Amino acid sequence: MKEEITITIDGVEIKTKTGEFILRAALNAGIYIPHLCFHPDLPPHGSCRVCTVKVNGRHMASCTTPAEDGMVITSDDAELLDLRKAVIEMLFVEGNHFCMFCEMSGKCELQAVAYRLGILVPRYPNLFPQREVDASHPDVMLDHNRCILCGRCVRASDEKDGKHVFELMERGAKTRLGVDAENNLGETNLSIDDKALDVCPVGALLIKDTAYRIPIGERQYDKTPVGSQHKGNK
Amino acid sequence: MALELRNQAVNVNEIVSNHGTERHHLMNIVRDAQDAFGCVSGDTAKAIADAMGIHMVEVEGVVSYYHFLTRKPSGKVTIYLSKGAAPSINGVRELTSVLEEVTGSKFRKSGADDAVGLEWTSCIGMSDQEPAALVDGVVITNIDADKAGSLVAHLVNGGDPKEFSTETGDGKNSSDRIHAMVNNNIRKKGEIIFGDRIVGDAIRKLVAMEPSAVLDEVKNSNLRGRGGAGFPCGLKWDFCLKNEAANRYIVCNADEGEPGTFKDRVLLTEQPELVFEGMAVAGYVLNAEEGIMYLRAEYEYLYEYLLNVLNKMREANLLGCNIAGMDGFNFDIKIQLGAGAYVCGEETALLESTEGKRGEPRDRPPFPVSNGYMGEPTAINNVETLSAAARIIEKGADWFKSFGTEKSAGTKVLSVSGDVERPGVYEVPFGITLAELLREAGGENAKAMTVGGPSGKIVSSADFGRRIAFEDMATGGSMVVFGPDSDILQIANDYMEFFIEESCGRCTPCRVGTTLLTRHLEKIRAGRGTKSDINYMINLGKVITGMSRCGLGLTASNPVLSTIENFSELYDGLLTGEEFVPIHDMDLAVRIGREIANFN
Ligand SMILES: Cc1cc2nc3c(=O)[nH]c(=O)nc-3n(C[C@H](O)[C@H](O)[C@H](O)COP(=O)(O)O)c2cc1C
Ligand code: SF4
Ligand code: SF4
Repeated sequence: MKEEITITIDGVEIKTKTGEFILRAALNAGIYIPHLCFHPDLPPHGSCRVCTVKVNGRHMASCTTPAEDGMVITSDDAELLDLRKAVIEMLFVEGNHFCMFCEMSGKCELQAVAYRLGILVPRYPNLFPQREVDASHPDVMLDHNRCILCGRCVRASDEKDGKHVFELMERGAKTRLGVDAENNLGETNLSIDDKALDVCPVGALLIKDTAYRIPIGERQYDKTPVGSQHKGNK
Repeated sequence: MALELRNQAVNVNEIVSNHGTERHHLMNIVRDAQDAFGCVSGDTAKAIADAMGIHMVEVEGVVSYYHFLTRKPSGKVTIYLSKGAAPSINGVRELTSVLEEVTGSKFRKSGADDAVGLEWTSCIGMSDQEPAALVDGVVITNIDADKAGSLVAHLVNGGDPKEFSTETGDGKNSSDRIHAMVNNNIRKKGEIIFGDRIVGDAIRKLVAMEPSAVLDEVKNSNLRGRGGAGFPCGLKWDFCLKNEAANRYIVCNADEGEPGTFKDRVLLTEQPELVFEGMAVAGYVLNAEEGIMYLRAEYEYLYEYLLNVLNKMREANLLGCNIAGMDGFNFDIKIQLGAGAYVCGEETALLESTEGKRGEPRDRPPFPVSNGYMGEPTAINNVETLSAAARIIEKGADWFKSFGTEKSAGTKVLSVSGDVERPGVYEVPFGITLAELLREAGGENAKAMTVGGPSGKIVSSADFGRRIAFEDMATGGSMVVFGPDSDILQIANDYMEFFIEESCGRCTPCRVGTTLLTRHLEKIRAGRGTKSDINYMINLGKVITGMSRCGLGLTASNPVLSTIENFSELYDGLLTGEEFVPIHDMDLAVRIGREIANFN
């Protein structure tokens, strides 16, 4: 049996169960902690580090840290805000993100979190990597330029679609998204209604022939910032 | 083509059935496939996946992760040349051009057509005898131009790398089952690790004690982990014991990947029984029946030898069932080979790798003491820690504590290399100063040294009065010494390149931040840096340190941060007086553009 416990986030006491991940507990209690690789329908990944909080003074990813009774957590402070911004800026310069002509603009979580945290321009120089666009699949386009290696599609394809179409490949600075085929996405059994396509936070996995159905300015985050369904926090 | 494919499929099936189709065998399967075919091609990956009932991309994810697993061959046979600080000091740069000339191949560009391919690899644990290289698992040391020439001639003629040289190193390196040209270079023997002993003493002593008394003895000894982090060994075992489970595992971390360390190599060569007895001690305390040694791929040349030692220990009833005549004391050990990844020395990455996955560290908590190998409670210790534990059982905690300092009991085995007259292994009591060590090793005129490898700190002579001890400079033991002419920022730059390559790439700050930090260091070294770049690097270092997921990211900025701290004058000397210089070098870009366009 999981016991009911109390944890404190930025001075607000919330109830949750032992072992619940801090980020889930916070979101369920209406407290927004910025995050990217986390998706509510998937197991956590702990990779983007945006959801880092201080637990008893130590930096921990809130998506993978289980709550314990009496934990005192800081999420909203100037130091964490700056570190989170820094990490998001790293994601921007690591890939090639040209928001102004991306189909996801206005419904992209990377862009939305950046706006919410007040990022105007990355402090780091763009790395301008050479990356490929894989348009081999009849219904889906995979644009590696925009992939932030969050692993959401990997988990969704494996756990929800039972397919394992995706996997992270290589390592270090060369890490990239691989597909379950000799050459490209067109050779995989990915299908248009796979959960893997739904969960991509950016414009890396796009469904063909659906672009610009909703005009820019009327998209999900154009009117209400990301996390605005939750109380307070940055 | 079809025939070839079919044959390959048959072979792959054989390889898979030799090991089994459970996922945790994947590491051994892809290693065998690499050996058999010289690479793990897409077809092979597909065949392995089919035989194991998994997806091709899972196999490729693993293959692409490890340095010694390749999707294409990089030559009919490949020379993996070790790079890093010690190789540089010993002339690897000059050797590079010699090798390219005699082979006609190019580093990083070798392919199937090359008779002898050339690849770089991170430190192979031979810093005391660099330049060194691996060829099909065979270690070639002290390579000069002549040796390079004869090695390549031997390989071009189809010679077996094993038969390249009849020269063998000191100690057990000349034994039949090792037969390597590697030298131990034990310069100083201490009482604890290299003290005289009779094989089996620790185990015979062990079985006369209650497991709880054994644990108390280890706790009382104040033995702290020798792998770098210094966690109290007894406390770790106690945590592991408190987790109820049917099964517990003992893991010996023999990944020794920190550039500049090689002491575990020497321990495994000269005192393997001591290491295995240490694992048995842990097994006895924790009521575990299975031990796993994770041996880095670079030390594959010790594999047969270690298996034979295990066999002999079984025959002597020091492993296996009812050990040393004690009913119900069952414990055995298997060896898991790695495939080339520094981060697999991190304990949770090591577990992932042992389970046949990409060696990415896990999120903690939970810690291995509750959820380790296969989800069971697992105690992971360094080779030297386990050896010390065995000696503590033999001679007692008080004896152990009579060495070292109050807060750092015992001795430490240090790996000393670089600009010293006597590179090698030194077992010294904790508390020794860097200056004393330098005197023993013949490196008095050093201007700097690395304490703890790239993940440690680069210190200047101002710090040579500091002590090696947990209360002052804690270290896994990689000590690389730099003479008066060394280019310290070049070394820092090389260390950063190491982290860029060896990061697992999972988390943002480490995957991206290491590249960004290196770019700025390069900018400064090119004479284009400003005062603001120093602050930029300090702040970036804080992001990487404060936000990374594991110990690699936590320490990956150290080459830059420690040189800013200890060698600020080197940076100051390189800065331009200007307020701001953009990182993008426009003049250079225009020059390159004009060259490409032939517009001169
Ligand atoms: C990137 C990285 C590499 C590591 N490599 C090694 C290694 O090669 N050998 C080792 O014993 N410990 C290594 N460690 C430390 C291990 O995670 C772990 O702390 C150690 O094996 C515990 O054993 P000990 O307590 O006996 O030292 C490494 C840690 C990190 C973060
Ligand atoms: S394609 Fe999308 S979901 Fe998949 S790893 Fe890249 S950014 Fe994440
Ligand atoms: S800090 Fe580096 S090595 Fe560790 S998990 Fe993150 S990317 Fe991987």
